[in-house]
Amino acid sequence: MAHAQGQQHPVSLYLKIWGLLFVLSTLSYLVDYFHFQGYFRWSLILVLMLLKAGLIVSIFMHMAWERLAMVYAILVPPLCLLVLVGLMAAEADYVFSTRGIFLGQ
Amino acid sequence: MALPSASPPEDPVPPPPDTLVAGWKSIATDWASDQDVFKRVPWGKAMMWIFLLSDTFIFTCFLTGYMSVRISATAPWPNPSEVFALTIGGVKIPLILIAIMTFVLISSSGTMAMAVNFAYRRVRGKCAALMLATAAFGATFVSMQAFEWSKLIAEGVRPWSNPMGAAQFGASFFMITGFHGLHVSVGVIYLCIVAFKVLRGDYERSGNYQIVEIAGLYWHFVDLVWVFIFAFFYLW
Repeated sequence: MAHAQGQQHPVSLYLKIWGLLFVLSTLSYLVDYFHFQGYFRWSLILVLMLLKAGLIVSIFMHMAWERLAMVYAILVPPLCLLVLVGLMAAEADYVFSTRGIFLGQ
Repeated sequence: MALPSASPPEDPVPPPPDTLVAGWKSIATDWASDQDVFKRVPWGKAMMWIFLLSDTFIFTCFLTGYMSVRISATAPWPNPSEVFALTIGGVKIPLILIAIMTFVLISSSGTMAMAVNFAYRRVRGKCAALMLATAAFGATFVSMQAFEWSKLIAEGVRPWSNPMGAAQFGASFFMITGFHGLHVSVGVIYLCIVAFKVLRGDYERSGNYQIVEIAGLYWHFVDLVWVFIFAFFYLW
């Protein structure tokens, strides 16, 4: 029973994830090092970021072994933040255009 | 005065197996069970998760604010690749300090994960040693951040202006990395306290090492936030 005395997983699993995180971080550093630009750069950054975040949350923070009621209570509310990001991106675009008009820049 | 003979149980009594269904159905049954929702999750761990959820909102607000000022800035945004470059041995390497800081923080997450493992196996010495190693990595990270701040301040970067371009760069940088660095510093103190209590045998007496996993959750979250800051602030 895993939860009777907390989460028990082999140390080798943690070492593998650790190694994987090193590889992914190196790749995201190389994105900058090789000066990739535009949508290719942004999608690489996002994919590597989400892979790293997923590994940390699911394995290191043991989310993969929690009950679904808990997993959804923690992981679903942050999705609201995507709405905030969308609204603010639209607003910032508008602010940028008005600055162009009124400040003549 | 009579002392209670046994300390109260740390975990609630697990519900009978027939009430614990799996899969999608478990969401409805757990939330509708009229008792504790997070079954077999100790309250300390559930509360840490809820705290981390609120912290997620705080950091996302900072990153969203940064996104807004970066989109709406009319002056060119300073190129982080050049701003955070270091000259080592006569060669200018872009973003190298931030890359090293990333590796230091990931290493600290690895040692923390193993510390949790040894805590549940009740290997106190190794658990405390790994926690102190985690704290040492954290302290290294904060020191490198202090170096980075001093370098940028010496180059004239201020929250209201900087010589490289858009004035909003300084405000975003000091706000986001400052708040993250504060989290790391608090985490280092937290880990040292828990490691000390592990060594002293506090959790051996109570028979409950959950607190190590809870402290670990906080530490992994600090690493998680750095993943997002690294992607959006330094690489974008």
